[in-house]
Amino acid sequence: MKVLGKPRRRVDGRAKVTGQTRFADDIVLPRMLHMRLLRSPHPHALIENINDEKAKAYPGVHLVLTGKDFPVTFGILPVSQDEYPLAPEHVRYVGDPVAAVVAKDEQTATEALDLISIKYRSLKTISSPEEALANPEPRIHAYSELGNIHRLQAFEFGDVEDAFKRSDLVFEDLFFYEGNTHLPIEQHAAVAAVDGEGKLTLWSSTQVPHYVHRALARVLQLSPAGIRVIATPNGGGFGGKTDICNHEMVVAKAAMLLGRPVKVCLNREEVFYLHRGRHPVLMKFRTGVTKDGRLAGMHLQTLVDGGGYGGYGAASTFYTGALQTTTYELPRYKFEAARVFTNKPPCGPKRGHGTPQPRFGQEIQLDRIAEQLGMDPAELRLKNILKPNSLTANWLKVGSIGLAECIRQVVERSDWNNRFRKMPAGRGLGLACGAYLCGAGLPIYWNKMPQSGVQLLVDRSGQVTAFCGATEIGQGSDDVLAAIVAEVLGIDPFDVRCVTGDTGMTPVDLGSYSSRVTVMMGNAAIDAANKIRLQIAEAAAEQLEVSPERLSFANGKVFFESKEMTFAQAAGLAEEKFGTLGAVGSYKPPRAPGRYKGAGVGPSPAYSYTACVVEAEVDPATGWVTVPKIWIAHDIGRTINPVLARGQVEGSVYMGLSEALMEEQVFRRLPPKLSGALVHKIPSLLEYKSLTSLDMPEVDTVLVEDPDPNCPFGAKEAGQGPLLPVMPAVANAIYDAVGVRIDELPITPDKVLRALEKKSKGEPARVGPEHFPAVPYPEPLVVPPPWEGGDGNAVPGAQRLKAKAA
Amino acid sequence: MRRNVQIELTVNGEAAEASFAPYKTMLEVLREDLALTGTKHGCELGECGACAVLIDGEPKLSCLVLAVECAGKSVDTVEGLASGAELHPLQAAFADLGAAQCGYCTPGILMTAKALLEKEPQPSRERIKEAISGNLCRCTGYQQIFEAIEEAARRMSDESAR
Repeated sequence: MKVLGKPRRRVDGRAKVTGQTRFADDIVLPRMLHMRLLRSPHPHALIENINDEKAKAYPGVHLVLTGKDFPVTFGILPVSQDEYPLAPEHVRYVGDPVAAVVAKDEQTATEALDLISIKYRSLKTISSPEEALANPEPRIHAYSELGNIHRLQAFEFGDVEDAFKRSDLVFEDLFFYEGNTHLPIEQHAAVAAVDGEGKLTLWSSTQVPHYVHRALARVLQLSPAGIRVIATPNGGGFGGKTDICNHEMVVAKAAMLLGRPVKVCLNREEVFYLHRGRHPVLMKFRTGVTKDGRLAGMHLQTLVDGGGYGGYGAASTFYTGALQTTTYELPRYKFEAARVFTNKPPCGPKRGHGTPQPRFGQEIQLDRIAEQLGMDPAELRLKNILKPNSLTANWLKVGSIGLAECIRQVVERSDWNNRFRKMPAGRGLGLACGAYLCGAGLPIYWNKMPQSGVQLLVDRSGQVTAFCGATEIGQGSDDVLAAIVAEVLGIDPFDVRCVTGDTGMTPVDLGSYSSRVTVMMGNAAIDAANKIRLQIAEAAAEQLEVSPERLSFANGKVFFESKEMTFAQAAGLAEEKFGTLGAVGSYKPPRAPGRYKGAGVGPSPAYSYTACVVEAEVDPATGWVTVPKIWIAHDIGRTINPVLARGQVEGSVYMGLSEALMEEQVFRRLPPKLSGALVHKIPSLLEYKSLTSLDMPEVDTVLVEDPDPNCPFGAKEAGQGPLLPVMPAVANAIYDAVGVRIDELPITPDKVLRALEKKSKGEPARVGPEHFPAVPYPEPLVVPPPWEGGDGNAVPGAQRLKAKAA
Repeated sequence: MRRNVQIELTVNGEAAEASFAPYKTMLEVLREDLALTGTKHGCELGECGACAVLIDGEPKLSCLVLAVECAGKSVDTVEGLASGAELHPLQAAFADLGAAQCGYCTPGILMTAKALLEKEPQPSRERIKEAISGNLCRCTGYQQIFEAIEEAARRMSDESAR
């Protein structure tokens, strides 16, 4: 390896430190107008009348749009086409967009928003999953499966009740994970313009330009050939820019109608309303174990608070259970889930998409199991780690697993064996593990086409341009693209020009989500680069009088022993021999073995693994938790650029710790005299607390390399998986420090104090959910695990999912 | 019609004039009237630090400063940090060591760090943490930012020793 594995400046590094990276709001076009959205002040209401005459007449206003201008719905998933760009009659959360004003500047547009008068008729607010279960009416959406229950899912992979009977101990625990938001420092922005050919261009801070392109064609009823979506570099995404956004549709329509460029930039308050963040999830885990510390079976129930729209929610709900089997051997598994609609900003995917919540519960419960069995938590985990290249109970195919080495690394480096359960009162260590996807196995809409494509252009000067639809959101996707092409062609990554995230210029890549880019784009890049390399090798071999397969490509040269030429010379010879040089490569994940309905969520070409030890200090007088140090080891398969890989791991640690200790998206009811509406407690950066540089502990990061054959040079993901173990490791460390269990996030000082008080009174030293409501889960789909016969299909006749729900 | 105000100031060492609506912040004037979009916005409240610039050498949140207050003052932004084509040691260290991921908070942190190193050429890790505690970064977890500022301080002291 000449490029991979060596610490390097990222290829887009210079632009980022000079202020030259052009984010969406940095785009300024001649004659550009500005748009602002008017948002519903009510959490749940019907629109009876809109009067926008005064706004239209306001000097400087060019256009006012309302729901009647947008008859077509959209949604990121084919099963959830439930949003209008502007709500025509029914608003479902405070912040639901209802009108737009386009004016000569932002200030004028903002002033005109106040001139739009809308008569609303308030509906009962559904504020929580309990209220959603108790109130089938008023329906937030007519298409939900049962009352205000958006989706119900139930699967049984082997008879878990039977497994519990054969277990020595069965643990039952409830956990709650509060919702939180992505908080990218860049607020969403978009610019739409009509080009000289009359076609629409949309620049947007989106992680998914391809999906935005499809949605624009649908909503604006335009030919996809007339639309170009350019994903500008995202100023942080974390999943917050993976949904189709109202403002993208509306600003595009405005530009089409006016024939002038229009920009919209959300303010921070609006970003809190747009949300699509971590779902609040209530969980009930029942897990059976044998005395020697083997897991016999698990029954997981989740209740997911979806907010006002579908979004990714159906997938998020699957993810609250799909990956529970990917870390430890679990012979039998039952999973039941329900997502409800509530009158709050819609939830969606945030770093880890649906999996951090159950991981929090699972890893705390394992800590409890270890204690009860008198086993060391690390030993318990090592004993149960899944075997590489195996199938799970729910039919996921898992490849390389470097988790044992990860656990050994963090145990050794934290001096775990000498310190766990042995530290002075108030100080403790906690351990937890995690696993994550390296890209979702299936695309969001059903198709058999590649998930990623890369096109290469090489010319006689030796310059290489790589085109790919992948989106740079800070994670370093351009750098991965350049590095992989450079490694195959033996050139410097800085000699590769990347053109990315542009639906008019680049082959389709589905976007920066589910940690898919390194694996999928990387494999497509290898495919394309190998084709070019073959041509260049053949041409160079003739000149050098060696056989092509003996040639090496490295350091800008093509050579065999002492015979060599520069890459540019070789490229010139190849252009002479074959004509203009270019190649395309593509990648589609392998077909997953699961055949049952619902098997589409969870499969991935590979899984990354992480182990984490957190040290915590708890002040018994204040409940304040301080984390002085975190050790983390991540199985990355192979490191492409260690500088960026470490940044992804440490960024995950930061975000995980911030979620563990303080981040929460909470709401409150206004007093009755002020409408009684449910509003955000904190739609501002002043009140939404996140860790600062002063709060950030020292992080000891280890990259474990267990290459996976499905991945480019063996490289797995690093952007999401390392977040997963952090939250439960914090909770486990607090237990080690002061002997109290905080089974809900965030772990704020008041909860710690409450638990300490209970402990001092001799009550169960725990703070967390006390009961799990009755959820009308349907009869499960019965799918025998691989070791109990079956072929990945559900047992015929067991598919009563819909029948029961209806 | 609103009347614009007009001011003269020094921006990145060069004399500049700007004409703008009187309610505009320095952040808005930099981005919208002086075409210096390197300075970012993230919260409108002075909480995130993305808009930090140097005003008469002091790090300030430009979203909380009215532009009219900057008449006659000197404003430094990320665009003025490099010397010609040569990156400032802070910029080079940030690029080399992974201190810029998405790059959105980076200009504000670079300017804050520049002010720190001018006052304290060899700051401790604790001083660095304090100095940038008003700049939120959601990507890096801060470690690589601390390391880049330390590395820049080393490179700068090596240069001045030469």
